[in-house]
Amino acid sequence: MNLTAQVRKQLHSSGSTPFLLDVNLDFPAGFTVLFGPSGAGKSTLLDCIAGLQTPDAGRIAFNNDLFFDHDAKITLPAQQRHIAYVFQSLALFPHLSVEENIAYGLTQLATDERQQRIHEITSAFHIDALRQRRPAQLSGGEQQRVALARSLVTQPRILLLDEPLTGLDAGLRRKILDDLRSWNAANNIPILYVTHNREEVDAIGERIVTLEHGRVQESGHPGQVLDAPRSLALAQAAGFENLLHGVVLEHRPADGVMRVALSLSNRELEIPLGAAPAGSSVQIAIRAGDILLATEPPKSISARNILPGTILSLDLRGSLYIVHVDAGLVFTVHVTPGAVRALSLAAGQRVWLVLKTHSCHVVV
Amino acid sequence: MNWQALFLSVRLAATVSFVLLLLALPLAYWLAFTRWRWKFLLESIVALPLVLPPTVLGFYALIALGPRGFLGQLWQKLFGHSLAFTFTGLVLASMVYSLPFAVQPLIASFEALDRRLLDASAVLGASRSRTFFRVVLPLSLPGLLTAVVLCFAHTLGEFGVVLMVGGNLPGITRTVSIDIYDRVQALDYAGAHETALLLLLISFAVLSVVYGVNRRVWSPWPAR
Repeated sequence: MNLTAQVRKQLHSSGSTPFLLDVNLDFPAGFTVLFGPSGAGKSTLLDCIAGLQTPDAGRIAFNNDLFFDHDAKITLPAQQRHIAYVFQSLALFPHLSVEENIAYGLTQLATDERQQRIHEITSAFHIDALRQRRPAQLSGGEQQRVALARSLVTQPRILLLDEPLTGLDAGLRRKILDDLRSWNAANNIPILYVTHNREEVDAIGERIVTLEHGRVQESGHPGQVLDAPRSLALAQAAGFENLLHGVVLEHRPADGVMRVALSLSNRELEIPLGAAPAGSSVQIAIRAGDILLATEPPKSISARNILPGTILSLDLRGSLYIVHVDAGLVFTVHVTPGAVRALSLAAGQRVWLVLKTHSCHVVV
Repeated sequence: MNWQALFLSVRLAATVSFVLLLLALPLAYWLAFTRWRWKFLLESIVALPLVLPPTVLGFYALIALGPRGFLGQLWQKLFGHSLAFTFTGLVLASMVYSLPFAVQPLIASFEALDRRLLDASAVLGASRSRTFFRVVLPLSLPGLLTAVVLCFAHTLGEFGVVLMVGGNLPGITRTVSIDIYDRVQALDYAGAHETALLLLLISFAVLSVVYGVNRRVWSPWPAR
């Protein structure tokens, strides 16, 4: 159960400079998240694996079955790869009912078995009641379930998911992911899941591969990869709400830090000692959830960066408050509703931002 | 009212629409999806009847269909009679004349299709022909209707090509528009008016159907 994809393909996306998609990846059974900013080549990679686009060079194989081999001039048509692919647009056939959509890939089966499979998949994804409806009569979440069911009912060897759950709220997304996870507990196939949404990555866990400009940046466990992003685009995609510019003032090897003067303000930060020499400019990514808020100047605390500021605004978004604080620069901070209540935080209030040195990530 | 001429015109229009559709469907499908670099040449040929005077088209059709023409000789060998001044010859010439009216609406509706639907069909294992009949065609029905109706209306009213290729044989090649011309030549204005008004009303009704079903305003030119 292993998909190997060596893909080289020149991409000419409109509005940006052409770049080369050049990856060499292994996908074992289970979830692998393909993460990266839009235009990084994620969807193109899936299209190549599915057989909808042809790489310029490389080799794609599943176990011993060759899908594509440039040197041997082999290209298996998409129809024969036996892969399931759920597009971002879902691509449900608008003129067919839910049941006809799901039956679309099952023409080879006898009627009895086809009915049996449709019955199983519609109950697994909780869409029995929708079988006679048209896609236009379904909610977003229902359409996503139908698209998954239509793909999985064919018992594919590989499942490709291109942001299939965007636009759903976190609760619904988690439910659908749970259904998908229990489906794969029985089937155990490689699932490639493209997203640029950090919440989805956290909900899926397992493995992650980050792509940028057609190259693999990093791979590993989501926690390791996304919590210390090495590039600006990745930091933006990974949900680092605070991206600051600064100039390195000095290195302090004895303390394991360097001091950085933040541009557009007279504030300084201590950040982990890095390669950037004194005098060079750096960008620093800080996650909004990694910043602490205090209503009094904190004392006896290990965090090295304490910046006084004023609350500009508080916005309730789902289960957290997004707080904007003017501390020379505007910082975005995430706070729980409980903390807002306990500290009686309000706009205009004087606060202190507390930042651990290691919450400040230098990105390039 | 010359019912014989009207009946002939309707028969001609129906035959041309049907046969042309069988030809236009694959041609339009290919033109909509091919990446062939010279396809613009073929598109230009398809659009030629829109700009050529019917007499020019009719002239070349007459030469091709005549006893010395390529098609005429082939037909002579196969069926033992000539094509010029026959109903079949009229059908062939009218097909060329109405080609853009069948092909362009089909190309427009094929190009408007969401390509991901075709991708989804392929990934689900459907062959190209199954994709065409199960996805492309059902979703292109408005374009199909537009093509048929415009072909029908356009052939119903054609004059120049018929005159060049068909001549004026009652019951064989004398269509309504020829009949109207004959009546005006003979100063029978009342008779001409009767037929002309009927043709006007039919054309209006037919176009109303197209625009009623299809909200997109249609143009015979490729949408670029």
